Amino acid sequence: MPTDNHKPRRLAIVSSKGTLDWAYPPFILASAAAAMDWEVGIFFTFYGLPLLKKDLTASVSPMGNPAMPMKMPFGSDGFQNIDWKIPNVLTSNLPGFESVATSLMKKSFKNKGVATVEELREMCVEMDARLIGCQMTMDVFGFERGDFIDECEIGGAAMFLEYAADADVNLFI
Amino acid sequence: MSEITIDAKLDCTGLLCPMPVVKTKKALKPLEIGQTLEMISTDAGATPDMQAWSRQTGHDLLSAEELDGGVYRFVIRKTH
Repeated sequence: MPTDNHKPRRLAIVSSKGTLDWAYPPFILASAAAAMDWEVGIFFTFYGLPLLKKDLTASVSPMGNPAMPMKMPFGSDGFQNIDWKIPNVLTSNLPGFESVATSLMKKSFKNKGVATVEELREMCVEMDARLIGCQMTMDVFGFERGDFIDECEIGGAAMFLEYAADADVNLFI
Repeated sequence: MSEITIDAKLDCTGLLCPMPVVKTKKALKPLEIGQTLEMISTDAGATPDMQAWSRQTGHDLLSAEELDGGVYRFVIRKTH
């Protein structure tokens, strides 16, 4: 093993955002770290918690992200390269925009060869990443243990901090 | 070009980060220590990723080359 004391490196992530675009970074980094034989733990709190639900429903926020390029996943290369500057004031008021933007993003990602969030989460489980759901968020939002995948643990801030204290890399996403 | 014996092959064509490293880890699992895996990728970020993956896991990256047309070929030897 590469580290001096033969102790594997550790990555600890706080996942706090639940939209489709923000669902990717924690699962991508976690699965890459696990593939490098690192120990990995993700604490899902606040809006990140629904990413542990059995039925993943992450979608693109109607408020969008001002930096998000809006590109079409079909048509000629020239058409696909157009960045549709759609102002948030419009997208947040446009009925159906959320589902349209969500399916466009899913289609674009699929075309480019990016795994789905479900697949990445499955990889994390398979490689023994610890997925920890926040008990307090469950109580506040009215979720039940049964809403979440069996493979996740439920815990609190102290439990995660103890884990994170021994991590080589700590990320808040 | 390569006299290295290849014991297993993995095709990651069309897959983006982090799938090449994730699939490489999985494909290495059933191999014996000392056996080699050839991995083909079209991910333009695969070379630095595989180099880092090799340093972190301790498995040997015996070769990393770009074939034509944005296709990358890696040969990994399982070390533990």
